[in-house]
Amino acid sequence: MAASGVLAVRELRFWLTDYRRTWRGTIYSSVINPMLYLGAMGVGLGTLVDKHGTAHLGGVSYLTFLAPGLLAAAAMQSGIGQCSYPILGSVKWNRNYQAAAASPLRPGDIFHGHQLFVTMRLLMNCGIFLAVMAAFGAVRSPAVIFALPAAMLTGLAFAAPVEAWAITQNSDRGFSVVFRFVMIPLFLFSGTFFPVTQLPAWLRPVAYATPLWHGVALCRGISLGTLTVGDAFLHTGYLVVVTVAGLVVGQRTYRRRLHA
Amino acid sequence: MPESDILVSARGLTKRFGDFTAVDGIDFQLRRGEAFGFLGPNGAGKSSTMRMLGCVSPPSSGELTILGLDPVADGSVIRARLGVVPQEDTLDVELTVRENLLIYGRYFGLPRQLIKERTARLLDFVQLSDRASDQVEPLSGGLKRRLTIARSLINEPDILLLDEPTTGLDPQARHVVWDRLFRLKRRGVTLILTTHYMDEAEQLCDRLVVMDHGKIAAEGSPRELIDAYSTREVLELRFDPSSHEQAAEKLAAVPAERMEVLADRILLYIPNGDGALASVHDLGLDPLTSLVRRSTLEDVFLRLTGRRLDD
Ligand SMILES: Nc1ncnc2c1ncn2[C@@H]1O[C@H](COP(=O)(O)OP(=O)(O)O)[C@@H](O)[C@H]1O
Ligand SMILES: [Mg+2]
Repeated sequence: MAASGVLAVRELRFWLTDYRRTWRGTIYSSVINPMLYLGAMGVGLGTLVDKHGTAHLGGVSYLTFLAPGLLAAAAMQSGIGQCSYPILGSVKWNRNYQAAAASPLRPGDIFHGHQLFVTMRLLMNCGIFLAVMAAFGAVRSPAVIFALPAAMLTGLAFAAPVEAWAITQNSDRGFSVVFRFVMIPLFLFSGTFFPVTQLPAWLRPVAYATPLWHGVALCRGISLGTLTVGDAFLHTGYLVVVTVAGLVVGQRTYRRRLHA
Repeated sequence: MPESDILVSARGLTKRFGDFTAVDGIDFQLRRGEAFGFLGPNGAGKSSTMRMLGCVSPPSSGELTILGLDPVADGSVIRARLGVVPQEDTLDVELTVRENLLIYGRYFGLPRQLIKERTARLLDFVQLSDRASDQVEPLSGGLKRRLTIARSLINEPDILLLDEPTTGLDPQARHVVWDRLFRLKRRGVTLILTTHYMDEAEQLCDRLVVMDHGKIAAEGSPRELIDAYSTREVLELRFDPSSHEQAAEKLAAVPAERMEVLADRILLYIPNGDGALASVHDLGLDPLTSLVRRSTLEDVFLRLTGRRLDD
């Protein structure tokens, strides 16, 4: 029998064929979105913020502070977005998952194949984001390139668990709950726009527990050159654990759904 | 190691969903080269059985061996050698006909060139060559079904599983599908199909089981089943609704093996229909219509379950 990896790649190839239909639109939004955010918040709002001193931001301009946080947040959004509606669609509407399940692919291969595709899309999205960051002058050194795997890992720490859950759903009702009550609050309060130290003390531990805070801290530490070895291990370790947990649980939830 | 000619063997095969038993301890064997059918009404447990055979649903209990292998431990290996036409199409309607075969062939790890060759051959077989570059979405139900059949053959399967291959198709589209399946059968492809159409079962199956409420009620060739559970001929009588019941009472005097009183018709099971019709007239009964026909699997089903297949 073909090894797991080989079978997962077969599912990846399905998604690549599928992506040939839609890639233009996704490239457009992965260029435009960072431009809008960096322009409006980084440059527009940043001019005001910088006038009042940036000691709280570690002495860098607001644009430079904000950009890596937005990078991590964009990776989160991409991870959640790709692993919600498309998964329900695959199992309920398009039924390409049932087609794949009738072939030698096992439920776990189908899951991991899609995660490979998500990884590839994260590479593209985060790469484009970094390029836009550089064009805005929000990059301080070539070492920022290490923020690329960091952001991708942040995206996967959302993609894997969300997909493990999405495959259990029968309607899209749960998705808007996740968007409204998980994604948006994390986006606003995980250190993307302002340091978490600005939050009330009781709320800070909540922020520290979320994967996005770790992703933001990691990307920002790399981008500003302030990351300590200890923090690097802590944040990376946390994100890896969440991702692996999602990959393991998803194998079970996929099996329950596709091999009922 | 030579493989046995028994391709599938099931003993006490059971599928439960929570407290509900969808397949209730069925036994059957499938031999190489035969066309084997499950005939039964909606909810009989046909699809649940097919999903276990397709190795996408683990049996709750009982024994199941497919191609000499265990469907739970070796599902992936078995599926590589099966062709599956599920009850509901799983085609990618946004892709073209050809792309659907390409995607599916890749799931089986087939090289692109081989998929290309087989695609040409299979589309020709199901008479879809001229639609190869068309999107699937607007195709009619019959064409989609034929595409699903072509797709299921991309890996040259040892066993082809067809779950209600013609349900929902108009009569003409159904005949085209039957014709293609008949050709496959002639080539020696081993088929398992489910249906609730007795004419489909009669035309395509060498051997079949009658399934109802998750159990197998009878097994044999269509001929054997009809011989065992019905008479050579059936006299169908239709009376005015107001005199339907009275007629039924009087008809008890006609020497028939069995009588079935349906809502709209009365069926008399007899060796000789014309003789029985004469007896009916002798009783002074005057049916609105009368028809002498040969017994079918529908009659077998009625006899075994007391219900009609399409109920
Ligand atoms: N996944 C499932 N969960 C619960 N009940 C199911 C499931 N699949 C089938 N059933 C039930 O099992 C019975 C048999 O269904 P099925 O095998 O689809 O019958 P058929 O194909 O003969 O119409 C039906 O009553 C159906 O509602
Ligand atoms: Mg069914």
